[in-house]
Amino acid sequence: MTTAISVNNLSKRYRIGAAQTKFRYGMLRDVFVDSLTAPIRFAKSLAGNSNNGSSEKNNNFIWALKDVSFDLDEGKVLGIVGRNGAGKSTLLKILSRVTEPTEGTVSVRGRVGSLLEVGTGFHPELTGRENIYMNGAILGMKGTEIDKKFDEMVEFSEVAQFIDTPVKRYSSGMYLRLAFAVAAHLEPEILVVDEVLAVGDAEFQRKCLGKMNDVAQQGRTVLFVSHNMSAILRLTQEAIVLKKGQLIKRAPTPEAVDYYLASGQAESGERIWDAEDVPAASAPFRPICLRLKDRTGKVVDTVRSTEPVTVEWEYQLDAPVTGLRVGMYLNTMRGEYVFTAFDTDDAKQYEQFGARQAGRYVSRCHIPADFFNEGRYSLGVNASSFGVRRYFMDENALSFNVDISGAPGTQWPEIRQGPIRPRLDWKIEKID
Amino acid sequence: MTELVKHEPTTIYIKPSTGFTALNLRDLWLYRELVFFMVWRDIKVRYKQTLLGAAWAILQPVLTMIALYFLFDRVAKLPTDNVPYPIFSYTALLPWGLFVAALNQGSRSLTSNHNMITKVYFPKLILPLASVLAGLVDFAVASVILVGLFLYYQVTPAWNLLWVLPLFLLLAIITALGVALWLSAINVKYRDVNYVLPFLTQFWFFATPVAYSAKAISEKWQLVYSLNPMAGVVNGFRWALLGIGNGPDTGLWVSVGISILILITGLFYFRSMEKTFADTI
Repeated sequence: MTTAISVNNLSKRYRIGAAQTKFRYGMLRDVFVDSLTAPIRFAKSLAGNSNNGSSEKNNNFIWALKDVSFDLDEGKVLGIVGRNGAGKSTLLKILSRVTEPTEGTVSVRGRVGSLLEVGTGFHPELTGRENIYMNGAILGMKGTEIDKKFDEMVEFSEVAQFIDTPVKRYSSGMYLRLAFAVAAHLEPEILVVDEVLAVGDAEFQRKCLGKMNDVAQQGRTVLFVSHNMSAILRLTQEAIVLKKGQLIKRAPTPEAVDYYLASGQAESGERIWDAEDVPAASAPFRPICLRLKDRTGKVVDTVRSTEPVTVEWEYQLDAPVTGLRVGMYLNTMRGEYVFTAFDTDDAKQYEQFGARQAGRYVSRCHIPADFFNEGRYSLGVNASSFGVRRYFMDENALSFNVDISGAPGTQWPEIRQGPIRPRLDWKIEKID
Repeated sequence: MTELVKHEPTTIYIKPSTGFTALNLRDLWLYRELVFFMVWRDIKVRYKQTLLGAAWAILQPVLTMIALYFLFDRVAKLPTDNVPYPIFSYTALLPWGLFVAALNQGSRSLTSNHNMITKVYFPKLILPLASVLAGLVDFAVASVILVGLFLYYQVTPAWNLLWVLPLFLLLAIITALGVALWLSAINVKYRDVNYVLPFLTQFWFFATPVAYSAKAISEKWQLVYSLNPMAGVVNGFRWALLGIGNGPDTGLWVSVGISILILITGLFYFRSMEKTFADTI
């Protein structure tokens, strides 16, 4: 068996601009001085490489990847899991040569195609046909290669009758299908897939997964990044877990997924965000902690199905925010959504807290008793202004177990299907 | 199952690049079709959603010529070596227009294609290169007017010198590409380039003998003047088309030297910055 990808001590350092801290706390004078000295710094940075010398001391760096090493044999499908900012996308970007590593080496056997890049280079004024050729060339296909696969791509995309229409007249679904069709027919030796499944309708997602499965069946090497644990479990045999840029686990997928879901969050039913866990881009929103409490107000990591549970998220707003909604996703361990809810879902709350002043807040909600089924659940959080911006998101902020003793149907020792276990009001009548 | 791997896949080694980076012309050659497609896309979409379409390629130099005609011929009455002023200025406006378009499109080529840069690997040199080459089509279209001007004013072109014209065209492209490489790479990090560009082209216009004759410059400044490679291009165009001026002299070789210097330093600067494009754009 030959090795398709060999990653050795790979590290990638990013500079996080000093600008934010400077301007957040800075005085106007600093801003003036800064803009006056800007041309000098500019000249200096042109002269040398911007990432060495004196500038290093003045700026903060983060290691998006640190000493990551692994080998992957040809024809294997590897899942990559990790939180936001764990380095998954950085790893894929280095493998597809979009960005260079800071340290370490990678050797890649064959062409790397990626489904990161659906629709890259698409121009709204060009027709579907023209964009296929354009996009194909960007992905490194030869003209003859595109000619050969053209019909297949058009068929896959289901936009045959609009193929000579400028893509600006396409619906977003058509656009996406066409873009995906080109990327999917690149037939690289190594395919990297990143979160592509988050876009498009269910039918399209099914198609994408099918295509990926085909690729894997054909004995090509696939790297698959997703937050959807059920997709990871279904499509990969082996997975690696990244945490803060480091590879912390490599194991058969079920074991790695278990490890990922169980690790990272505190055992105590509480998640606390340190300053360095919060990306600078989420300002002015700053999460502080997320807690799970039982009826008595005690922080718990195991919830009793027969009792209500309180979820509270404490956060700081460093500036007033309008249209803010703070909420959560509840997922099963298999990655199925159970529900999504926001603190301003209620019209009255929305009126009152649609615009929020700077300050510290807690958004609290109660999940009623007789709700959860047996097993492990994961709680994701999200803070956004609808249609404007997403400030912060963590799809797996906290996970917890459910104890079903006393729940409906526990007299039968069996596994009940479905993510919820409601206590329904059954009435039995004898009608004859 | 069908035979999938028709050729032995090549192994790519990814490692941090240090110091002066090689030009990697091999990759540029592998991606030559992309250059073609980018040029084609640029041309195809350039005049989309404009009322006059490709007529702009003609209108721009013609309108400039008319403005210059009234200003410098009617009002200022500048000497033009006994050539009708419209022809005199148009022979210079052709390469100048190519140069300015290349500069404008080229220096924005990386920032306007940032989604490509952050998502796919390809030799980034393609972007400024394609922008500069795409200008050649406008140049060809605008040249038609020159033929008309020759017929209208009944001026005979310098037939015996016409064959050197492509060489001066090449010099214009080399200069434009060199400057575009510098500006596009700087523009990735410092968008100041967008603000500098209008001034740069304006100053450069007056430092180049487009509206006036190079003879207006006194003898002792001639050599300094030819440090501007576009002066060499414009003088060369007039010499090749109209037979006026000195032809290849010391000044021209200075211009050629400078423009090659800009191109080579531009290439190396671009290559050394290329690895940071995806992270800083």
